Amino acid sequence: MSDDTKNGAEPDRWDPGVHSYASMGYYNADYEPKDTDVLAMFRITPQDGVDPIEAAAAVAGESSTATWTVVWTDRLTANEHYQAKCYQVDDVPGRPGEYFAYVAYDVDLFEEGSIANLTSSIIGNVFGFKPLKALRLEDMRIPVAYVKTFQGPAHGIVMEREMLNKYGRPLLGATVKPKLGLSARNYGRVVYEACRGGLDFTKDDENINSQPFMRWRDRFLYSMEGVNKAVADTGELKGHYLNITAATVEEMYERAEFAKELGSVVVMIDLTIGFSAMQSLAYWARRNSVLLHLHRAGHSTYTRQKSHGVSFRVLAKWCRLIGVDHIHAGTVIGKLEGDPATTKGFYDILREDHIPTNPGNGIFFDQDWASMPGVMPVASGGIHAAQMHQLLDLLGEDVILQFGGGTIGHPMGIAAGAEANRVALEVVVKARNEGRNLLKEGPDILRKAAESCRPLQVAIDTWGDITYDYTSTDAPDTAPTASV
Amino acid sequence: MYLRHGAFSYLPELTDDEIAAQIRYALANDWPISVEYTDDPHPRNVYWDLWGLPLFDLDEPDGAMHEIDECRKAFPNHYVRVLAYDAGLGRQTTALSFIVQRPAEEPGFRLDRTETSGRTQRYALRPYATESPAGARYGSGDDGSP
Repeated sequence: MSDDTKNGAEPDRWDPGVHSYASMGYYNADYEPKDTDVLAMFRITPQDGVDPIEAAAAVAGESSTATWTVVWTDRLTANEHYQAKCYQVDDVPGRPGEYFAYVAYDVDLFEEGSIANLTSSIIGNVFGFKPLKALRLEDMRIPVAYVKTFQGPAHGIVMEREMLNKYGRPLLGATVKPKLGLSARNYGRVVYEACRGGLDFTKDDENINSQPFMRWRDRFLYSMEGVNKAVADTGELKGHYLNITAATVEEMYERAEFAKELGSVVVMIDLTIGFSAMQSLAYWARRNSVLLHLHRAGHSTYTRQKSHGVSFRVLAKWCRLIGVDHIHAGTVIGKLEGDPATTKGFYDILREDHIPTNPGNGIFFDQDWASMPGVMPVASGGIHAAQMHQLLDLLGEDVILQFGGGTIGHPMGIAAGAEANRVALEVVVKARNEGRNLLKEGPDILRKAAESCRPLQVAIDTWGDITYDYTSTDAPDTAPTASV
Repeated sequence: MYLRHGAFSYLPELTDDEIAAQIRYALANDWPISVEYTDDPHPRNVYWDLWGLPLFDLDEPDGAMHEIDECRKAFPNHYVRVLAYDAGLGRQTTALSFIVQRPAEEPGFRLDRTETSGRTQRYALRPYATESPAGARYGSGDDGSP
């Protein structure tokens, strides 16, 4: 990495050539982070023989001002102000060769209200840096000074509840299945049946855009027919997440406008459209009084492995700043990755106003959102009615529980599947409020409710024993890794 | 039809004991209780009529149960709901809402469609009940006064 140590003495800071990053000021154990600094915590795995402090300093350098060699043009700037500073390096408990490196960035380094700019710095070149085997961005502290430059959620949890006139219980949803191949008319039927049976929302899947089997405009028309008929049947507001993801932002605006014209309360985007497009649509969603649902398509390519990538807790912070109203954040007990403590950390980040440091949940910094509205987390993937007591206990009330297969796959039909979920939900909320112990009494409470609700009985008979019991890949390294 | 409104509209009607238990939960959270009634069940009818002011500073559900009863007596054929309000910073909205009385017969909603261009339709939802004037919608017995 550097030749200077071979020579036995550090050269002068501005001597031409290659110096250690630490010696150039990118490591400073005495630095005290300012309240306005952006802080990042990286898990670094240096190549064999690379000093961890120098590797951490290199991360600070390569994610801020540094290049591989001294450049005299640094002397035309207040260089130390623009340098990121690694101020702490710790061993990772139980993971030899890995280190937690804390880096502070002056807020001046970042364009106001731009996640594109923030991420180009923090996860730009540095992730391909050769002296590191692997690098993971574990957590970030976004200072209030920077938080206040972002719009935040288009509406947020409180406004969503007031918009839908639904309080005191989680919301329910389902993704239309099969994901691909249904004609618009058949697709709208699933929307109608699920909504009339008792769900609050149905949802396009991430890869439903505008394919030959169903063009977007037809899907929108038939889905809204289903939604409106279900509202008339029940007297309750409902919505279908119309996925407006498309090849260009212009095309997405066109689809969003059409969804609004049809009276949809919500539109949906995929993470794959990119941060800037997400932010544009968050502005659109606030201007047009339409909720914005985000499907985190693709995130596991970089969030899941604990040695390399970006933790979802960081992505969740970016998405709250960007301004989505809903984001998928894990179920713990369903078919997709989710350690309980880690998932609790994600939910806190999305919903709370102040999140204190809690390494057991993967939270390495205090985060203050300065009253920025919360994002509604969505729990989706391999969950069913017989788990309702666990879901409420784990995930709380401000959450959307989505049962795709667990609604549409119900042996008595889609509306019956929806009804089973809704009855199960309401009965466990009622029991919780009555002070009953959900984890202990939950199965009894559900069985009792099923005596007067045949669809719930059939759901319990069909799926009651289904669990996904695997050890999580992404668990905090300060607490023992739990198997769910 | 059966109006789905509030947190428990897919469960059997709550008994007064069950209502009191929910109110006790709200009071334990320092959420004041209010009672509201309406004969317009349109889902976008946000402002049901207030049965008095919110009941601040209650310790036990009895006071709220009394107001619910009085409201039911005055409007035996209206919808009556209980709301619990969370004034906590960051929430400052309704925390729980559920129906405690509904009319014996609920005629439901008419879905009107107006066809426009490009196969687009404008939907309008109309409660059949609101075809009669307020106070004369769900049979006799209501005095109709606001």
